[in-house]
Amino acid sequence: MNIAPIPAPATAATVAGAPLAELREICVAFGGVHAVQNVTVDLRPGEVVGLVGGNGAGKTTLIRTLSGAHPADSGEILIDGQPVAIPNPRAAKALGIETIYQNLALAENVDAPANFFLGRELKTRTGSLDDAAMESATRKVLGRLNPNFKNFKTQVVSLSGGQRQAIAIGRAIHFNARILIMDEPTAALGPAETAQVRDVIKQLKSEGIGIFLISHDIHDVFDLADRISVMLHGRLVGTVNKAEVTTDEVLAMIIMGKMPAEVTQKDLAKLHE
Amino acid sequence: MTQVAGEAQAPTPPQAAWKRAIGPLQVAFRALRLGARTMEIDFRLTGMILALIAIWVGFGYASNGLFLTPRNFYDVSVQSVPVAIMATGMVLIIVSRNIDLSVGAIMGLTAYVAAMTQRIWLTENLHLAYGSWEIWILAVLVAMAIGALIGAIHGGLIAYVGIPSFIVTLGGWFIWRGLIFKIQQGQTIAPMDRNFAVIGGNLSSGSAISSSGGAIGFWPTWIIAILMCAGIAYALISSQRKRREYGFPVRPRWATVTLIGVGSAAILYGAWVLNNYPLPPLLATQYATAHGITEPAGGLIIPVGMAVPVLILLGITLVMGYLATRRQFGRYVFAIGGNPEAVTLAGINTKRIILGTFVLMGILCAIAACVQASRLDAGVTSTGTGYELLVIAAAVVGGTSFAGGHGTIQGAVVGAVLMQSLKAGMVTIGLDSPMQDVAIGSVLVFVVGLDTILQRRAK
Repeated sequence: MNIAPIPAPATAATVAGAPLAELREICVAFGGVHAVQNVTVDLRPGEVVGLVGGNGAGKTTLIRTLSGAHPADSGEILIDGQPVAIPNPRAAKALGIETIYQNLALAENVDAPANFFLGRELKTRTGSLDDAAMESATRKVLGRLNPNFKNFKTQVVSLSGGQRQAIAIGRAIHFNARILIMDEPTAALGPAETAQVRDVIKQLKSEGIGIFLISHDIHDVFDLADRISVMLHGRLVGTVNKAEVTTDEVLAMIIMGKMPAEVTQKDLAKLHE
Repeated sequence: MTQVAGEAQAPTPPQAAWKRAIGPLQVAFRALRLGARTMEIDFRLTGMILALIAIWVGFGYASNGLFLTPRNFYDVSVQSVPVAIMATGMVLIIVSRNIDLSVGAIMGLTAYVAAMTQRIWLTENLHLAYGSWEIWILAVLVAMAIGALIGAIHGGLIAYVGIPSFIVTLGGWFIWRGLIFKIQQGQTIAPMDRNFAVIGGNLSSGSAISSSGGAIGFWPTWIIAILMCAGIAYALISSQRKRREYGFPVRPRWATVTLIGVGSAAILYGAWVLNNYPLPPLLATQYATAHGITEPAGGLIIPVGMAVPVLILLGITLVMGYLATRRQFGRYVFAIGGNPEAVTLAGINTKRIILGTFVLMGILCAIAACVQASRLDAGVTSTGTGYELLVIAAAVVGGTSFAGGHGTIQGAVVGAVLMQSLKAGMVTIGLDSPMQDVAIGSVLVFVVGLDTILQRRAK
């Protein structure tokens, strides 16, 4: 039985009931510093998992092992229940894993279509770049995401934050992503654009795409996530269902590393000091 | 202190004086930029071509027309070629945030290798008959292979080992220049094979290709010129047609027509000038004797036309321009210059791209080396000395940004022609060599400085 609505890569036979993605016992160290230690998280189709924690908690490092940007030192990654190796970003993309990085990872000196299709350029029969076709596709997708988007021939550096974000989101979802990683997608945006991104996330969720949402805005996470995984000092504090916790309880996890059951009234009072 | 009405604007702070002087320049700059934007043409390139024309007219005036003779144009066109060829490769290197300081040394070594191949290895060692047609091809191919190998060593160390390109190519500069002397004790190898000598535009080479040796002659020049006009028209019209099919904004028709008109006029004028350069009388007489033609009174007039190296440069410019703007390779080179991490995260093997730019650079050095060895009709150890800086200067004057991510192939070629025109112009007005260097250096800083100031203030 296939659980994923989009066909899985031919190499991986789908295990029934398995999560879309599972990171098991992931460890990453930089020199002697353990940035991520024995962290296990998972993601189901059509689910948003919020990954929260303070600065330096290891959220981004953990997620970079899934996007192929920095392979894990040890641990296992399973897609559809099958162990996979993700040594580089290309491998991740081949598995349907797309990432929207916090800094957006755009080449500032080229235009929107060039960024949109970076690494996946459309080509003519002779192997030349088909710029007109790429511009056409980019206009369609970005026009939907951001109707104000008009500058398709100017370099990205002169675009607004919202427009740049639209390029990053647009290219992540255009190529049949099954797993989407969003690292602080609203950090640099104004209120209207933030609302737009939230709509996009809800839309993608309804299409059955699994989303890891990294944020340190607890309200963003509570609005969008189904489950919340909290990290502190490179370790997983725990994963909770959003419906079963309060923001204070999650804050206690983020700051004190205590699960809701361990939190005392004194702790909660401390949070509000 | 009491305020008097007239006094308020009277004393101007000293630093505002130069700002005021630059004011009208900026107005002109903005007007030109607006015009360029409407016509969708490369504004910087247009400015450089205008500067080039100004240099030609200025030196023409200062030298009482000496600079504007067809003969001088021929010489400038040929002398620009080695630097221009290498500058097209340097653009990609600098755009992707690297530098190659060794191009002059690579050129020197490969020139020497090309000379050795044709004069010693193929003929003395392998007993190929002097003047056989394989010689020039093999000489060029061996030089290109060595150039590619050197480029691959540089690129490999830079991309895969992670040594800064400045260090690798600085080392390469010493190494390759030093190795030249280890091949044949650094003896001068001359003359070159008679077919090989065509590559450099030597008029005395007397090749099989045309009556005028290293140039292509009257009709071929016209045919190439007309093909170029047709090419421009086709490129401009077809790119617009595709955009129109998709319903994108297109360049106004009058602008397309103007561009085709101006471009064609310039090309045809250039061809006309080159065809007005007759073979020097001595060579014409030699040719007449060799072909049993009786010379008419007043000498035989054989139009020289376009030089073979210029034809080579045109071909390389076309190929490199295509690579830079129409292929994935070029797209990635530019994107790496903008944000290397973004390109890596997009799943692109940036190391291979960087390696590619250096291999390409090595091959271009070898081609430039063949042109130069052919032009000098000798393989000498000093070939390419100081060229690394001329090449970098040509690329930078041509609008390549040292911050990476910006530059054009055509710009670099125009930059090389501009620098060579300056040099030749200063010779025609009798400026001595040290002062020429002073002037070249000043122009480099001035051009880039002006560009920086105008771009920044016009934002």
